[in-house]
Amino acid sequence: MTDSSRGRPRVGLFVTCLMNLFRPNIGFATAKLLEEAGCRLVVPQGQTCCGQPGYNAGDEDSARALAQQVILAFEEFDYLVGPSGSCLASIRHDYPLLFAAAPAWRARAEALAAKSWELTSFLVDVLGISQTGARFDGVVTYHDSCSGLRGLGIKGQPRQLLAGIEGLTLREMAETEVCCGFGGTFCVKYPEISLKLVDDKIQNVLATGADTLLGGDLGCLMQVAGRLRRRDLPMRVYHVAEVLAGLATGPSIGEGPLASG
Amino acid sequence: MDLHSHEFQSRARTALHDTSLQQALDQARDGFVAKRAAQVAELSEFEALREAAAQLKDHILEHLDDYLERYETAVNAAGGHVHWARDDAEARRIILDICARVDARTVTKGKSMVSEEIGLNEALIEAGLKVVETDLGEYIIQLAGEAPSHIIAPAVHKTREQVADLFEAAHGGPRRTEISDLVDAARQALRGRYFEADVGITGGNFLIAETGSSLIVTNEGNGDLTQTLARVHIVTAGIERVVPTLHDATLFLRLLARSATGQETETYTTVSTGPRRLDDLDGPEEYHVVLVDNGRSRMLAGPFRAMLRCIRCGACMNHCPVYGAIGGHAYGWVYPGPMGSVLTPLIKGLDLAYDLPNACTLNGRCASVCPVKIPLPDLLRQLRHAQFTQAITPRRQRGALAAWRVVATRPWLYHALERVVARILARLGARTGRLRRVPGAHGWTLGRDLPTPAARTFLECWHHEREKS
Ligand code: SF4
Repeated sequence: MTDSSRGRPRVGLFVTCLMNLFRPNIGFATAKLLEEAGCRLVVPQGQTCCGQPGYNAGDEDSARALAQQVILAFEEFDYLVGPSGSCLASIRHDYPLLFAAAPAWRARAEALAAKSWELTSFLVDVLGISQTGARFDGVVTYHDSCSGLRGLGIKGQPRQLLAGIEGLTLREMAETEVCCGFGGTFCVKYPEISLKLVDDKIQNVLATGADTLLGGDLGCLMQVAGRLRRRDLPMRVYHVAEVLAGLATGPSIGEGPLASG
Repeated sequence: MDLHSHEFQSRARTALHDTSLQQALDQARDGFVAKRAAQVAELSEFEALREAAAQLKDHILEHLDDYLERYETAVNAAGGHVHWARDDAEARRIILDICARVDARTVTKGKSMVSEEIGLNEALIEAGLKVVETDLGEYIIQLAGEAPSHIIAPAVHKTREQVADLFEAAHGGPRRTEISDLVDAARQALRGRYFEADVGITGGNFLIAETGSSLIVTNEGNGDLTQTLARVHIVTAGIERVVPTLHDATLFLRLLARSATGQETETYTTVSTGPRRLDDLDGPEEYHVVLVDNGRSRMLAGPFRAMLRCIRCGACMNHCPVYGAIGGHAYGWVYPGPMGSVLTPLIKGLDLAYDLPNACTLNGRCASVCPVKIPLPDLLRQLRHAQFTQAITPRRQRGALAAWRVVATRPWLYHALERVVARILARLGARTGRLRRVPGAHGWTLGRDLPTPAARTFLECWHHEREKS
C-alpha cells in the first residue's frame, strides 16, 4: 500500500531560490506545517528555480528548460507545495503556456499545475486546516503579494490561519493590494521607481501602528525589510509560514542572520 | 508628437524628484481609484459586462474588414466621406488637404488621442492654421506648450496652482484658483472660437457600422460645439473603433465612464451622422472620417490582437503603481501607462521603446480593472520575448540570462554556488547583521539593505539534518 492510499499525501517541497539562500527558516516552517498536517514530505534534490527570471525577461527557451526540470523533479508526488505565491503562480499558469507547441510536455505541465499549491492555500483549501496551534505576540499587518493575490486568488487563506494564532492581532493597511515594487529583477533594473513604490508601501504599513509585517513571498518581504533597515525603521518582518509554524522567534528578516537549521 | 521613449529612465528620475508632479499624481490617483471602486460596487453585473465587452470586441476584431466596409457604406449613404490612412503621415496629409480645399484658417479640436498619435497639431500649425484645443485639459496643456500625460485627463500632471498661473498669464488677472472659476475662464476664452472655426476636429469613441455615425463622450460639451459649429467636421479614429450597432455601443458606454472617471455616465454623449441635412437646424456642411491604421492591422494579424480591444478608458494607468510614481510624460509618447507600454513599442518600434515593456513589476492590477479584459501583463511579457528574440535586450542582460541558465539547469552546480554565496555574504554581514554594500548588487543596495543569510542554505541544512535522523 502506498502512503497516499492511507491518506497521507506525498508532498514535494518546492524550495524557492531566495528562501534557500536568505531565509532557510521559511523552509523549516513550511516543512513543519506540512508534516504536522499529516503530509509525507520530500525535498527533491533536482530542483533549482521555477524559471521566472528567464520567463519574465523574455527568455522563454531558458524558462522552458527550467520548467522541464521542475516537472521531472516533482511529477511523481501527489502535490507540489511551496511558500511563494509568485513561484506557484508561475508553475500553475506559465508552465502550460510555455509548452503550447509541445503537446506531450503540455500535458505533463498541466498535470503538475493541477497539483501545485502555494502553502497557505494548500493548508486551507486542500487540507481544510483552520488552526496551526502556534502563538505570536504582536500586532501584525499583512501585505498581499501580487502574484498570489491576482494569480492564485490568495487573500482569505493566510488571514484565516492567522486568526487562529494566539496573541496575534491583525490590523489591515490601506492599499494592501498595491505592489511593493519588488517585481523580480524590476527592483534592480529600475531601482528609483522601485524605491518610490516601497516607500509608499512602508507609509501604509507604518500607518497601521502594527509592529510586524507579514506576507507570503520572500521577494516582497526582502524588498520591504531591506528598505526598512536602510531607513532605520523598527518593524519586524516575517514570512507568514514562520508565524504559523511558531518559528518566528529569532531575528526577523533583515535583522541579522538566523542560526542555521 | 516626437518619440522620447528612449529617455524613459532619465524622464522617470526627473519625475520622481518633481514635487508638484508628485502632489498632482497623488491627488488624481486617489480620486480615480476610489470613484471607480464605488461605481463598480454599485453595479452587480459589472464583471459580466466586462466579459461580454471582451467577447464582443473579439468578435468585431475577427470580422473587422466586414464591419469597416459596412461602416463606410453607411457614412457615404449619409452624405459623409471616409478616408483611409495607412500611417500618421498619410493621415496628416488627408486632413491638411481638406483644410486647404475649404480654405480653413481656424481649427477647433475636441479631445482626440489619435490626433496626438498622428502629430496633427504640429502639422496644422506649420501649415499656418490656428489650432484651438477646446477640451479643458487639452486647452491647459496647449497653453503650457506640453503634451498630454494621460489619455482621458491630459493635464492631470498639473496642480491647480500651476493652472491658475497659466490662466493668469494667458487671460490676464485677477488670479483665480477655484476650479469653477478656472472652468469658467476657459469657457469664456473659448466661446468665440467655436464660431470662428472653419474646421472642427474630434475623435470618435465609437463608430457605428449600422448607421455610419460617430459617437463621442465628453464632460464639458466642447465636443458638440466643436463638431456642430464649424463648417467642416473631421472625425479622426483608429480602425478598431467600429462597433456593429448603436445598441452594441451602449455596452461599452456602461463600462467606459465607470472605468474612466468613476461616473455612471459622462455628461454628454453625442452621436453625429453625416453633414447637415436640408431641414437640420445646425451642423457642418461637410463630414469626413479619417480612419487611421498606423500599425493596427499588423497588430490584428499577430499575437497582440487583444490590445485592439482597448476603449481608451485610462483605468489601467490610474491603477498602475509605476504610472502613479512617474506620471505620463516619462513614457515619452502619446500613450502612457500599461496600455501605452504595449502600444508604443508596437507602433513605434520595439527598440525605440525598449524600457516600456520592461519597466513593469507585472503586478497585474491593470488587467484586473481593464473593462475589456486585456491581459496587459501577458502582452508586456510577450513584448519582452520579442525584444529578446530580436536581440534588442541589452547584451549584458542576455549574457546574465545565459549564465543563469547554465547554472540553474545543473542542480549540483546551482546548489554549490548558493552555498558559496551564502558563506561569503554571511561573513560580510557577520558583524552588523546587515549588508549595506554588496559587490555586483548595486541596484539592490542603492536604497535597501540586503538581509544577511545564515552561513548554510536550506537544502544543506535539511539534508544534513534528515540524514542524521
Ligand atoms: S487597456 Fe483597458 S484599462 Fe487601459 S485604457 Fe485600454 S480599455 Fe482602459
